[in-house]
Amino acid sequence: MIRMKKWMTGALLVLLAAPLHAQVLRIEITQGVSGALPVAVVPFAWDGAGAQPIDASAVIAANLQRSGRFRLFPEADMVDRPTEAARVNFQTWRAFGVDNLVIGRVRQTSPGNHALQFQLFDVLRGQQLLGYSIPTSATNLRRAAHIASDMIYEQLTGERGAFATRIAFINATRTAEVSSYVLFVADADGENQQVVVRSPEPLMSPAWSPDGRRLAYVSFENRRPEVFVQELATGTRERVSALGEGVNGAPAWSADGRRLALALNEGARVNIYVLDMETRRHTRVTNGSAIDTEPVFSADGRFIYFTSDRGGQPQIYRAAVDGDSRAQRVTFEGNYNARPALSPDGRLLAVVNGNDRRFRIGLYDLETGAFRLLSDGRFDESPSFAPNGRLVIYATEDRGTGVLATVSVDGRVRQRLGLAQGDVREPAWSPYTDATR
Amino acid sequence: MFTIRSFLIVALSAAVLAGCQTRPAVDEDEAARREAERAAAMQAEADRQRAEAERIREQEAMRADPLNDPTSILAQRIVYFDFDRSEVKPEFMAVVQAHAQYLSRNPNARVTLEGHTDERGSREYNVALGNRRAQAVRRMLMFHGVADRQVETVSYGEEKPAARGQNEDAWARNRRVEILYAR
Repeated sequence: MIRMKKWMTGALLVLLAAPLHAQVLRIEITQGVSGALPVAVVPFAWDGAGAQPIDASAVIAANLQRSGRFRLFPEADMVDRPTEAARVNFQTWRAFGVDNLVIGRVRQTSPGNHALQFQLFDVLRGQQLLGYSIPTSATNLRRAAHIASDMIYEQLTGERGAFATRIAFINATRTAEVSSYVLFVADADGENQQVVVRSPEPLMSPAWSPDGRRLAYVSFENRRPEVFVQELATGTRERVSALGEGVNGAPAWSADGRRLALALNEGARVNIYVLDMETRRHTRVTNGSAIDTEPVFSADGRFIYFTSDRGGQPQIYRAAVDGDSRAQRVTFEGNYNARPALSPDGRLLAVVNGNDRRFRIGLYDLETGAFRLLSDGRFDESPSFAPNGRLVIYATEDRGTGVLATVSVDGRVRQRLGLAQGDVREPAWSPYTDATR
Repeated sequence: MFTIRSFLIVALSAAVLAGCQTRPAVDEDEAARREAERAAAMQAEADRQRAEAERIREQEAMRADPLNDPTSILAQRIVYFDFDRSEVKPEFMAVVQAHAQYLSRNPNARVTLEGHTDERGSREYNVALGNRRAQAVRRMLMFHGVADRQVETVSYGEEKPAARGQNEDAWARNRRVEILYAR
């Protein structure tokens, strides 16, 4: 009954590695923390021919600022701009109330090769906390700046940073004449956007493979929903699921990348299946007459959390992947809980929580059962955890236009990202990987 | 057996090649070519006339086809639903039944039932809900004698709204199944 076709496509819809400079995500901080750490990032020196490729210190400063954990000392107020340790006068910085200081330089080591050097100082103790030189190319300098940001963030907060990761999202532009759907991948700060796939028909539900090399997504390009898996580096893609008619959607990877959970229909009923990526065989996980969709694997791969309206209205349930034990309901707050996302450690479950008037991102602690609302929009959806588990990115609306926002899991820090044109939606935060670029 | 046939083919080819070498045979070929061209031209004209007649016949049939009558109940091609529901409401029964009747009387007619939802709720859930709406209309068509092969369904969930706006009026117009006839 379930037919599968493997096919490779040409360049018709696939445009890879095409940076779009025209569309830039603008980032606004909507809410920050009062007890933020005061830090100064002094503009880096440039040792090389011509203009420096990017302003690495500005990238680092913006990353730290956006995390909501730091208060950045304004560059305009800097009376002293040291670029090497011997020139740092800790007295001056102490007088300005700066606790931590970042200095550095970008060196062109040979044509095309660079090194990003930086040092982090504890101003009060007058001690160096970090000192690194990151070898890189001109084109990867931005990534080096994100890696440096991660190191500084981890040193000062004790938590792993997620600046050197990526986000996938859908951008939709619809006018009376044309509609255009684009699946983008961008740096976590919204820069360096690349088109993964473009189509005049809807694109949905991007999902990162655990190695960060592939994206699964739903495309309606053949006037019906089909699930594709596309390799980011090459643009090569494959259709992995296309039942004759109806629902083929909601792809979600297992932690080992060997299985893809999907929602497939038989008539009006939609159930969860698991597709073995090697044997290409589907195994049924749920067997209800209602709608079961939006699956996510538990961290150990033994369970699947999913949305089901078997009880009358959508709620999150949990079912064992192997075995036919009854699914257990896990959400009880409000009359609507859907689109679950699991934190990387498997302890938190983010959902769309709501009623018929208002939908917000909610967070369940799976150990204690405690529930907390994280967002305060009217139509918030598609939560996705940062790989460090500290932030949740989600889709919300600003004056009728779809924008992306992040919120820390403690609900204290919010920021908003928005494209200049069209609706932005369905963000998916990449896992930690070296291969996301 | 096989070798004999091969031999014959070779022998015949040789004979044809030999024939081509004489002059009168070339003139004969030329005459045959002209004759073939004339026949082809006549055939093309006959085809053209047949296509024209077919076109006129289709046009007349179209005029008589109740699908093209804007006053017919068949001109109603959209069935609307309540929030998070997929039952066909009583006020749309007559519309669906009329399409069922038309489809069973015209076994070559085909429809795609496109299910849609409003923007509220999660996107994949809405794809499943739009599918359930399309399936509800499909079931009614089948019940009234429409053949399985005449009906296709697809759900776009909330991805293709008919109306913009975040109010009940727009949402009500987006919760729908469109009955689309294949041309």
